[in-house]
Amino acid sequence: MSDNGKVNTLNSRLMKLVIVGHVDHGKSTLVGRLMSDTDSLPTGKLDFVKDICKRQGKEFEFAFLLDALEEEQEQGITIDTSQIFFNTQKRRYVIIDAPGHKEFLKNMVTGAANAESALLLIDAYEGIQEQSRRHGYILKLLGLTQVAVVINKMDLVNYDPEIYYKIKTEYTKFLGSMGIEAREFIPVSAKLGVNIAKTSEEISWYKGPSVLSMLDQFTEKQPPTHLPFRFPVQDVYKFDERRIISGRVESGTVNVGDQLVFSPSNKLGVIKTIEAWSVENQPVEAKASESIGFTLEEQIFVERGDVATLKSDLPLFRLRLTSTFFGWVSAILKKEGRIR
Amino acid sequence: MDHLDELENQSIFIMREAYKNFKNLAMLWSIGKDSTVLVWLARKAFFGHCPIPLVHIDTTYKIPAMIKYRDEFAKKWGLNLVVGKNEKALAEGMNHEKGRLVCCEALKTMGLHAIMEQEGYTGLILGIRRDEEGTRAKERYFSPRDKNFEWNFKDQPPELWDQFKTSFTPDTHIRIHPILHWTELNVWEYIHREKIPIIDLYFSNAEGKRYRSLGCAPCTIPIDSKAKNVVEVIEELKNTTSAERSGRAQDQENTYAMQKLRARGYM
Repeated sequence: MSDNGKVNTLNSRLMKLVIVGHVDHGKSTLVGRLMSDTDSLPTGKLDFVKDICKRQGKEFEFAFLLDALEEEQEQGITIDTSQIFFNTQKRRYVIIDAPGHKEFLKNMVTGAANAESALLLIDAYEGIQEQSRRHGYILKLLGLTQVAVVINKMDLVNYDPEIYYKIKTEYTKFLGSMGIEAREFIPVSAKLGVNIAKTSEEISWYKGPSVLSMLDQFTEKQPPTHLPFRFPVQDVYKFDERRIISGRVESGTVNVGDQLVFSPSNKLGVIKTIEAWSVENQPVEAKASESIGFTLEEQIFVERGDVATLKSDLPLFRLRLTSTFFGWVSAILKKEGRIR
Repeated sequence: MDHLDELENQSIFIMREAYKNFKNLAMLWSIGKDSTVLVWLARKAFFGHCPIPLVHIDTTYKIPAMIKYRDEFAKKWGLNLVVGKNEKALAEGMNHEKGRLVCCEALKTMGLHAIMEQEGYTGLILGIRRDEEGTRAKERYFSPRDKNFEWNFKDQPPELWDQFKTSFTPDTHIRIHPILHWTELNVWEYIHREKIPIIDLYFSNAEGKRYRSLGCAPCTIPIDSKAKNVVEVIEELKNTTSAERSGRAQDQENTYAMQKLRARGYM
């Protein structure tokens, strides 16, 4: 076995970015262009795709880099969400390409729910369409508000600023009605590579960032350590003499010696140890987004579904409910056979 | 929390969900770097124990050093190892000369089929990753398969906010992919940080070659490399532009080879 020497630590955390928008507005093409312009494609991949297009008698399609399924390539449509990786000089990204066809909305939701930033594409020629609006709604519903709008296919409208401003005004109003403020409206041609990796002469009237420099300005989502401690019990283990309550800290922090209240039973327990395997020092503290396990001083019965909170920071009772119901939720549940 | 902690915590969460929801759960261990990281993550998730049996599909064409490593660590780590083989196909002389895809399907997919049927597993944990190739990029963490092992990639369940599909009908099973969101580089960085003992086929030998992806001897080609240890592999990967599975012959068989294999139950 090898000697594990020293390695220089570069931050290879991935920024999770989703690309959404109406069908045929060029989502997969934009992704392909980003990959190609940042030299993120494996050797031979471009030739491989060129070859497929040639054999199918089609013009070269960047979209085929992601639309790997035969059915997707034949019909030129993204069926399911896909993920691909690329780097800028600042950091690494994973791009989540979401389908724009309304039939595949559940796949779009799947993709978008995993992201921390979003690009929403609108075709300059076709303007704002059904899915442009619906996807905007869904981003808001998922709590994803770090959004930039990309106005694509500017080449088809001769890079006309009037069309750009018209879409910008209309869509700003729409996003504003949901409390989303787009970080930028970026005019591009994904197909021709205009304003993607760098700003271009064709759009000299536009003074904002290119797509790539916009991406590098997005901030990473931080785990909610500043909120009160909340810990849903995932499971309880008894593999050896330890009885370990396991789960993920959803928010806040917790320390050995802290007194917990388990809901809904209101049982109390003090954290005796925080357990971990193959670590240098046994932890004494755990933070939001960590999957942990701890033992208690007391032998109380807790099980999956219970929620632990700090006795010093209990959840407040409130009799108020705000709700928004979206038709697509029921559509998904119906499709899954969970409701009729 | 750094990015490796983030990846590790998410994978542990998924593995614990699988363990809680499936009474008859198994984990596939190919001896490669990814599934060895899975074994390590299981021991992290379950505090030093690996309560999930490990299934190894033996095609009998694996590189001999892999079997030696497998047996050594199964013993050392106290693993419950279950070996599956498609005896019938092997008796009939199946090998890659009958067609690589035919061989993969017979010895791997059908070998897995047989052992799952025999043991009655309803959940199977695998170490595939989205960055390996296009159809894997479209996978879910919890991915249902029908009784013929088929993957309905055109109609997958939605998966959001870590709510997973864990229900299944008789004769079907769910594939669970805890490291789906990792990249090849992440795997090596994690191996480095955790000091996980990895089989040395991954490191440059006297002829200046190493395996980047491990499989059966006849269909896996080593790459030219000077990387002799984990650190050098990480350095190499940061600068490479060639694809991880470029040395795996079955992937290159035809344009949609992996889709066809995987739709029919291949890993």
